[in-house]
Amino acid sequence: MSETPILEVRDLRVEIPLTRGTVHAVQSASFTVEAGQALGLVGESGCGKSMTLRAILGLLPHPGHITGGEVRFEGDDLANADPKRLRDVRGARIGIIFQEPMTALNPVMRVGDQIAETPLVRLGYGRRRARERAVELMRLVGIADPARRYEAFPHELSGGMRQRIVIAIALSGEPKLLLCDEPTTALDVTIQDQILKLLASLREQLGVSVVFVSHDLAVIAQTCQQLAVMYAGQVIETGTVDAVFREARHPYTLGLLRSVPSFDAVRKHLSSIPGSPPDLASPPHGCRFHPRCGFVRENCTTGPIPLLELGGRSVRCLYHEDCAADARRTPVVAVA
Amino acid sequence: MAIAVAEGAVDEVAEHRGGFRRRWYRTPAFVAGVLILGTVVAMCVAAPVLTSQSPTHQDLNHILASPSAKHPLGTDQLGRDVFSRILYGGRVDLRVAFLAVLLPFIIGTTLGCVSGYYGRFYDTTIMRLVDVVVAIPVYVLIIAMVFVLGPGARSIYIAITFVGWVSYARIIRGEILVAKRQEYILAARAAGFRDGRIITRHLLPNVVTQAIVYAMSDIVLDILFIVTLGYFGLGIQPPVPDWGGMIADGQAFLTTNWELSTIPGVVVVITALGLSLIGDGLADLLRPE
Repeated sequence: MSETPILEVRDLRVEIPLTRGTVHAVQSASFTVEAGQALGLVGESGCGKSMTLRAILGLLPHPGHITGGEVRFEGDDLANADPKRLRDVRGARIGIIFQEPMTALNPVMRVGDQIAETPLVRLGYGRRRARERAVELMRLVGIADPARRYEAFPHELSGGMRQRIVIAIALSGEPKLLLCDEPTTALDVTIQDQILKLLASLREQLGVSVVFVSHDLAVIAQTCQQLAVMYAGQVIETGTVDAVFREARHPYTLGLLRSVPSFDAVRKHLSSIPGSPPDLASPPHGCRFHPRCGFVRENCTTGPIPLLELGGRSVRCLYHEDCAADARRTPVVAVA
Repeated sequence: MAIAVAEGAVDEVAEHRGGFRRRWYRTPAFVAGVLILGTVVAMCVAAPVLTSQSPTHQDLNHILASPSAKHPLGTDQLGRDVFSRILYGGRVDLRVAFLAVLLPFIIGTTLGCVSGYYGRFYDTTIMRLVDVVVAIPVYVLIIAMVFVLGPGARSIYIAITFVGWVSYARIIRGEILVAKRQEYILAARAAGFRDGRIITRHLLPNVVTQAIVYAMSDIVLDILFIVTLGYFGLGIQPPVPDWGGMIADGQAFLTTNWELSTIPGVVVVITALGLSLIGDGLADLLRPE
């Protein structure tokens, strides 16, 4: 932890007031992204991963809003920034890649023009220069014959190509931080692998930091150094990917790791976490995972559980030692 | 770095490039509409070439004459050349109809964008305004306005604009409500673009086609409107020729010279048909893939 981190999220809270009650979509999310590193944000659908990402840019869907906490990006608090400041940060300092390359591109605009738009509008490039920059970016993300592809419309390109265009757009503002919202979920496995390798190489080439949201632990293992696990709107465990994979200290993380199917165990029983995630309009008292936890004790059901600092990692569990012991007894994955 | 280029992608690009330019002639409705309307417009524009007769010159010695070399469609009750009056009347009616669509189109699209994109207060206000205008009987309103403002093209513009924007606002608002939830709009916001740019560069090109298609049928309605007003004597005023006025004038001679009312009527129908076909064709052509 030599340098100051590029992004520091502290106790972020996002609430969505609905007629059936207020949904606490994100409650005390905390994690840190070091400059030049990639952080994986994992959790199942609806646990608040995407909400956290959108909250960083102030792009929460109406009527959701941030009700507390801090988002420190290069020293600025984005959670409490006014709309104009936020707009300055978007695109030019933080880029974002969305999940669905089919819908993330404007169908009636040439892909090249979509890439050139940010340099043209935000970076003050001239028309010619912006166009050249777009072609350059297309080459950077591995598009063959970029000058000709510049003229294509999104529907003329394959899914993998489109996702490359989306990445080029995210990079076009020369951001310091790249937010990826499940960028490979909608793609074939083979294309997925190419895109992940591309993102990894871009991170090294350009020195951008990355927040990588995914529900796929294998993807995170491949792309990230740091890991933050979310459950029911809370960050419940953070640490390096190696450390967490080797010795999960939160029962949920352990369950998540054990429910990854593997080729070695084709005929063995695939374990899963019993029960289903809580309704975020009325989450359980105490630890949010206690109704589904195998290590549950009396203390787990009362009072909020703090995120315990354990030197380089943190965990939101009172009995993480039990969990760690169990993780050591039957190791989950051999992390290379 | 591994570069995956789908084999088919290259051919696909060639296939779709310049989609509209390549496909328009394969849409029969569009081609037929363009031919029909094109012929009507070309004839009206070329009126001085096609006929040497004045549309307003009266020749009381040759009233209600049958078609002849000099008067291809005969003359009316004041001895004016019917063919010439059709052509010159078309110049007025078509021009007024096209222009009368333009302003409602612009106003309606703008208000529809604001209403759909910003929602909440703007949406409520604009949509209540729409409800109010829709609740007013159109013909009564226009006839009242023409009485107040006096007959003529100017009154027609004002009257049609007053009620016409409503449809465009509704169409555009509905389309924007759908389009703004698309991820590419979120992406544009995430790129830090201003609202004005997002609306004009990202939303409008995706939604405006519906309004353009509607505009084609709207022109038809406007022509009928102008003709109807002319028939009532509230539209284009004599001596300027106008199809509606011609139908009204010929009415008295329906039993002896039925063609005086019928010919302008048929021309109106043909023009409307051409515009409707173009509208249909455009709807097919501009439908997003």
